[in-house]
This record gives sequence, structure tokens and C-alpha cells, in this order.
Amino acid sequence: MKNLKLLLAGTVAALAFAGSAAYAARGTDGDLKILFWQAVSTMNPYLSGGTKEVYASSMVIEPLARYDEKGALVPTLVTEIPTVENGGVAKDLMSMTWKIKPGVKWSDGTPFTADDVIFTWKYCIAPDGGCAQAAQYEGVKSVEAPDPQTVKITFTEPKPYPYSAFVGAQSPVIQKKQFENCVGAKAPGCTSANFGPIGTGPFVVKEFKPNDVITLTANTNYRDAAKPAFASVTLKGGGDAASAARAVLETGEYDYAWNMQVEPEILAKMVAAGKGKLETAFGTQVERINLNHYNADPSLGAKRSTKEAGPHPSLSDPAVRRALSLAIDRSIIVEAGYGAAGKATCNIVPAPAAVASTKNDSWCLKQDIAAANKLLDDAGWKKGADGIRAKNGVKLSYLYATSTNSVRQATQELVKDMWSQIGVGAELRNASASVFFGGDPASPDTFQKFYADVEMYTNNFDGTDPEKYLAEWLCDKVPGPANGWQGQNIPRYCNPAYDKLVGELSKTAELDKRAALAKQLNDMLTEEGAHIPLVHRGSVSSHSLKLAGVKMNAWDSELWNIAAWSRGK
Amino acid sequence: MFTYTLRRLLFAIPTLLIISFVIFALLDLAPNDPTGDLPLTIPPEVREQIRASLGLDQPFFFRYLYWLQQFFINEPLNILERMTGWQFGDGNRMRVLSWATRSPVVDLIVQRLPQTLWVVGLAYLFGVLIAVPIGVISAYKQYSIFDQIGTFLSMVGYSVPTFFTGVLLVVIFSSYLQWFPSVYDTNLVVNDFSSFFQQIKQMALPVTVLSLFNASQITRFVRASMLDNLHQDYVRTARAKGVKEKSVLLVHVLRNSLIPVVTVIALGVPTIFSGAIITEQIFRVNGLGQLLIIAVQGADIPLVQTLTFIFAVLIVLFNLIADVLYGILDPRIRYD
Repeated sequence: MKNLKLLLAGTVAALAFAGSAAYAARGTDGDLKILFWQAVSTMNPYLSGGTKEVYASSMVIEPLARYDEKGALVPTLVTEIPTVENGGVAKDLMSMTWKIKPGVKWSDGTPFTADDVIFTWKYCIAPDGGCAQAAQYEGVKSVEAPDPQTVKITFTEPKPYPYSAFVGAQSPVIQKKQFENCVGAKAPGCTSANFGPIGTGPFVVKEFKPNDVITLTANTNYRDAAKPAFASVTLKGGGDAASAARAVLETGEYDYAWNMQVEPEILAKMVAAGKGKLETAFGTQVERINLNHYNADPSLGAKRSTKEAGPHPSLSDPAVRRALSLAIDRSIIVEAGYGAAGKATCNIVPAPAAVASTKNDSWCLKQDIAAANKLLDDAGWKKGADGIRAKNGVKLSYLYATSTNSVRQATQELVKDMWSQIGVGAELRNASASVFFGGDPASPDTFQKFYADVEMYTNNFDGTDPEKYLAEWLCDKVPGPANGWQGQNIPRYCNPAYDKLVGELSKTAELDKRAALAKQLNDMLTEEGAHIPLVHRGSVSSHSLKLAGVKMNAWDSELWNIAAWSRGK
Repeated sequence: MFTYTLRRLLFAIPTLLIISFVIFALLDLAPNDPTGDLPLTIPPEVREQIRASLGLDQPFFFRYLYWLQQFFINEPLNILERMTGWQFGDGNRMRVLSWATRSPVVDLIVQRLPQTLWVVGLAYLFGVLIAVPIGVISAYKQYSIFDQIGTFLSMVGYSVPTFFTGVLLVVIFSSYLQWFPSVYDTNLVVNDFSSFFQQIKQMALPVTVLSLFNASQITRFVRASMLDNLHQDYVRTARAKGVKEKSVLLVHVLRNSLIPVVTVIALGVPTIFSGAIITEQIFRVNGLGQLLIIAVQGADIPLVQTLTFIFAVLIVLFNLIADVLYGILDPRIRYD
């Protein structure tokens, strides 16, 4: 009897030991509660390009490769990242080949094959589908499967940086069997597939309540038998950023909350409650002030901010553009509006480190009112009775537009005050984000129309390669009535030397040379005053102190490694 | 009465058609865009394709007619099919699809209606139950301490916005005392005592906020209406006859005073369906109000259009109900 007890005790101890050794056994850590203050509308990122949809779906459907928290590519469903060195990318840069990991299964148990990858490409490029991620497949001529485990992508022209299609959370692979009858105009009709895509990721959609809550359970066919540690995920949506922060940091009702756009001092108070912490990751987002290179005088009517309006009467003067930048104290803006989620910057390409320039930091990062005043004095801009500088009847008084957002309005006030110290006036204006960024050609308040002298907002680029992004400042990308105001060169900057250099970048394959060119382009934009970069913005999320394994990622979905998350002791 | 009701119902048809057109035109003129919320990394030509896939490249009037067909023909047929199991045509009709979720608008509404009815409806019911006794006592004991306090509280409840009281209650009861959850769990299934208790706990704060607001409005009506009647000749007659004070108050005065109050309450019923936009948003109750505000923010025009139109139908309908009730409750009023 005694022996039996001993034996039992031993078994229990052994079991307990075994349990702790395989501490990340699948489904042992219960429910993971995530809060997104903007509710998720669909689980199909091809039908909605919103960040919240891309992040939510990244728990279920996966790309062939993704970016880790440092911005390096890591294989997800493939054996390795194809490069020219390992022969995965053709020497002429016209094609690349991905080798699918053996044994990968969809959550319904069927094998994952190259056919699904081909189908995903066809799904997104189908006409009338309105695929939100079509840009990821730009320049792809064909996707073929030499065998079920191999995917060959052929490009229409040499691609020095080929990692776009099937890379990152924006272009995950969807199952052919499930979406076969949902191509093109039929895509929106497949509600159950769009709400519950079958994937290869660590979780499976159990129930989807649009614009509200998603319940997911661990994928029993996930390729790593020990993951995910959580048995289920509840992703709740809605509300506002401050109360989402409160639910994690103060009340502890949730384990993780995304996008903490809350004033830094309020966040600091919440963190002091001791239940959670903030995670910040810096990607490529830069808050900038665009300077209009064309005349935006309202008396010009429909012609303003177009080529016909002519150059801007004062902002076309390089001295004025430089002075406006010199007058700004970026560190105060960061401190007041961004806290740990911002860094002062003078670059439009602030990251990754390999392409981030430091050339202009010496003159630009520091506020220098005296130098700015001297520049304007020398250029002949004289202060009038009202303290505003003028020359030949042209006043340095600007209409300053941005989107409605408390941090942006506070920044506007700060910048207005700083500019007033060099005799520059500003009239502040803001428009609702859905109007400002809406791109409705009939609205005068969009950022593309730029019916203002200066405007402020944030933009970034996907992934780690800035080539496409830097091409936005090409002369032919200036928005105007001819192209329905659809161009990305918002400051209307135009420099043939810049265009030539972008052309060179698109033909260069060596990474070092690409980085040098990207830096050169970035410096040109800052030096010539296409815009005034202000703040390198990070994404901030909060999570409970009990949640382990979070690796905040600004290059891919924040939930990219959710399979490795666990409930810490 | 019957012909009056019928006439009013017939009048409602052109009214509602005009309302639907005005809503559609307003939404179309609004400088909102469904691609406005998308990251700027999505290039303009892709945005153009997205707009085209939503049908935004079609002319305005065509889109309006299309919506009319979807809403008045396709959706009712669909509901009929689901209820009866009959099949009309091939059953492959275009339904009103939300732009953000790409799913049928009617399904979204059906999914959210119960929460709104529970939370906002309960708050309305509580509001009425609290308001009537307070109003009656306040009026009967005019200028007493009770009346002063009641008036003060109802003024506070009426003038302090729910986005303030809501957040205040969250800070006190969720963050500080931690008695109630600050986030409404919409997945909670009530199947035993503990989950029922859980449900009560999560409904407590939003229902309190809304009850306070509703009660303070209705109390003022009850009090004013009671005061009107208390000074009428028939009250003096009743008292002179030696009718007990309790009967004078509760039978004679209260019944007469409730006639306008019932009308006010009936007119307020549509607001239950439209949800309490702000309160639902604060507590993350997945009701119709929250659905509407998300749709407005995301420029999900079919959803906004359909929801607002349904609210318009309810308002027109309850106006009619209030008028008919008035006739039934007060024999002095006749429409025919």
C-alpha cells in the first residue's frame, strides 16, 4: 500500500515535471483576451485593407514569409528565403522560386500546396474583385507550380527587391477549395468564407461577429505541435483608445490592447497601476509637414495647387522652406504628443537602420530660431507691423491643414507658436480623417487636393524596402485634375535629378548600393524642403504583465508571433 | 378610428419614400469615402478599383433605385423565404451589403438588435418605473424637500451628458472599486445562475447611465402633467364629495395625467431601437447605436442608409401609435 502511494506520488511528480518541461504545450494557457478599439469588420484582408483586419486575420492565414521584429525576413510556410546567392532568385531578377515546407496542413486537415498560392494570386488580380492588396502583386507576370511543393513567380521586368507577393501580413495565402467560387465580383457574396477563412495559422475562427468580437480556437493541425499555448483567443473590438488602455493597464480585464493613441501623461498614469506595460516598435511611419510647391491661393479657384496656378509665391523660396524647418523644436512636439511612441527625425525614410540617413541631423534636429530669422532677413523677407514677414506684398502667412485628432491639433498649436517666433503666421484648420484621407475628388478638403499652404499627416511604407515609397516624389506623380487627383506626390515636388536617381534605384540589385541610393534620395527631399519631417512614430500596444512572448513588430502584423505567446507565471 | 389609421398608413408611404431619398442624397453629398480609413500604403489606383467594386462608379440615381430594389423587394423576399421555406425564383438575389464587412446589412441588424433591446429597452423601462412615482410625489408635495431634491436630480440627469456619466461610472466602479466590468462581453451565454449574475453585472453600468437620463426626462413630464390636473375643478369636486385622498390622487388625477405621458413614452420608443450611440460605444455594447456610429465613421453608406431608414420607419410608426393611443385613452378625442 505504502509502495503504491510512493509510486503514485512518483508518477505525479514525473507528470508535473514533464508538464513543466513541455511548458508550452498546445492549449494549456486558457483564453487570450485582446482588445482592438477599432472593431474588425472582416477576416479577409483582400477585401479590406484596414490595419485592424490585416492584424486580426494574421492569426489565421499566413504568408509564405514574414518580417520579424527586427525587420528581417523569416520563412513561415517555406523552407528558406530565396535569394540570388542560394539560387532562389534568378540571376536576371526576372523570377523567384519558393520551396514549400513539407507537411504543412490547412486547419481542415487538407495539405497546403502550391495550387493554393497560385489561386491566391488569381483571386487578388481578378477583375471587379476590388482586391485591396493588389499592389502586393504588382509586376507579377505569372505564378506557376512546377511541382506541388514549389512556387515560381515570374515578373514583368527585373525586380531588384522581389519580396512583396506572399510576403508579410498583407498578402497571406488563402485556401483554393474554400474561395474557388468567390473570385472577382462574387467575392463579397461569400460571407462565411470571408468571416472564417481556413488557414495555416495557429488559430481557427470559431465565431465572427462583424464589427464586434471574434472567437478563435487553437488550430489542431498547426505545424508546431507544442503551439499555440493559448486554447482560445477572444478579440473584442470597439470603443476608444483610452478606455482600451484602461482595460489592460488599470482593470486588467484584457491581456493585450492594440494602438494606444493616448496622450503620454495619461498612459504613464495608467502604467503606474502596475498591471501592464507598454510595448513600442518603430517602423517607417513619419509625421511630416508637406510644403505646397504650387500656389494654393483660394482666389485661383479650381486652379489652385495645380501646375496652372504656378509656383507658390513664398514657399518656392528655398530659404523660407529651410527656415520653417529650423524654427521647429521637434523634441517638444515628441514630448507633448507622442512620449515613448515618437522620436524627432529629419528623414522621410527613418528605418530600417541600413537605409536611415544621419546626414541632415546636425542642422535639422535642433531648433535654431536665430539662424532661421537670419535666413529670412537675408532673403529679404521683412517683418511688418503685425510681426508677419513679407516681401513684395507676399506675406509669410500660411493655411495649415491636417486631420482631426487631438495630438495633431496640439502639434499645430505648437508649430504655430514656433513659427510666430520667426515672423511666420499660420491659420489652423482640420478636417475629419475620413474626409481628409478619403480622396473624394469632389471634396476640397482632401490631402491630395492640398488646398492649403502646408499640411501635416503620417505616411509610411510596407516592408523594409523604400523603393516604391521614394518613387512617390516623382514629377509625374503630382496629383491634379488630369489624373483625378490620384497621385502620391502630395508636396508637388519636382526635380529631374531626383527622378533620374529613382530610376537608378529601380535598376540596382546590390543591397549596399540600394541603401546608399535610398539615403541619397531621402537627403535630397529633406535638403530641398519637399517637406519637413517631424516625428518618427512608433506603434504602441499594451499588454498584461502576465502575458509572455510578445515581440512588438512594426514591419508585419503585431500578432505575428502569437503562436509563441503564453501566460507567464 | 380604423379609416383614420388606414389613411395615415397610406400617407406614410410617400413620406417614407421621400425620407429615404433625402437620406441617400445627403449621404452621397457627404465628403466621406469608404477607402478613407485604409492605410496610405494602398495606392490610389487600387482605391479606385475598390470603389468600383462597391458600385460607387455608377450614377447616383441608378444606385438609389438599386438600393430601393434591394431593400423593398429582395430583402423582404429573403425574410419570407427564410420564415416559410418557400423558394421564390432562384433565390440568388443581391441583398443590401455593408461595405466594411461585405455581409448583408439585415443580418448585422438582426445580430445586434437583442443587445440594444435588452440594455436600452431595460433602461427605458426602469426610467419609466422610476419617473412616474417620483413625478407623482413631486407634484403632490410641490415645493417640499422631496420635490426640490427630485427636481435637482432630474435637472442634473437631464443636463449632464451620458458620455460624462458613463466614463465617471467606469472610473469609479470599474477602475477604482472593480465591482463591475468596463467592457460588455457579447459572447456571454446565460445558462445558469452564475452567468445570469455575470450578465446583470455587465448590464448594470450602462443601464444605470441610461435609466438616469430617461427617468429625469419623463419625471418632468409626469410632474407637470400632474400639476395641471391637480388644480382642475373635477379634483375639487371629488374631494368635496368626500372621495378618499388616495383615490383622488391615484384614480382621478393620475389617470388623467398619464394621457400625455403615455404619448411621450410612445414617441420615445424608436430611440430604444436607434440605441444609445454614446453609451453603447463607451461600454462596448454591440448594439445598433454602435453599429451606426462605426458605419458612419467608416463611410459604410449602405449600412448607414438602411439603419437610418429603419429608424425613420419606426418614428413614423410610433407617431401613429401615439396618436391612436391618445384617441383610445381619452374618449374626448375622436379623429373620425
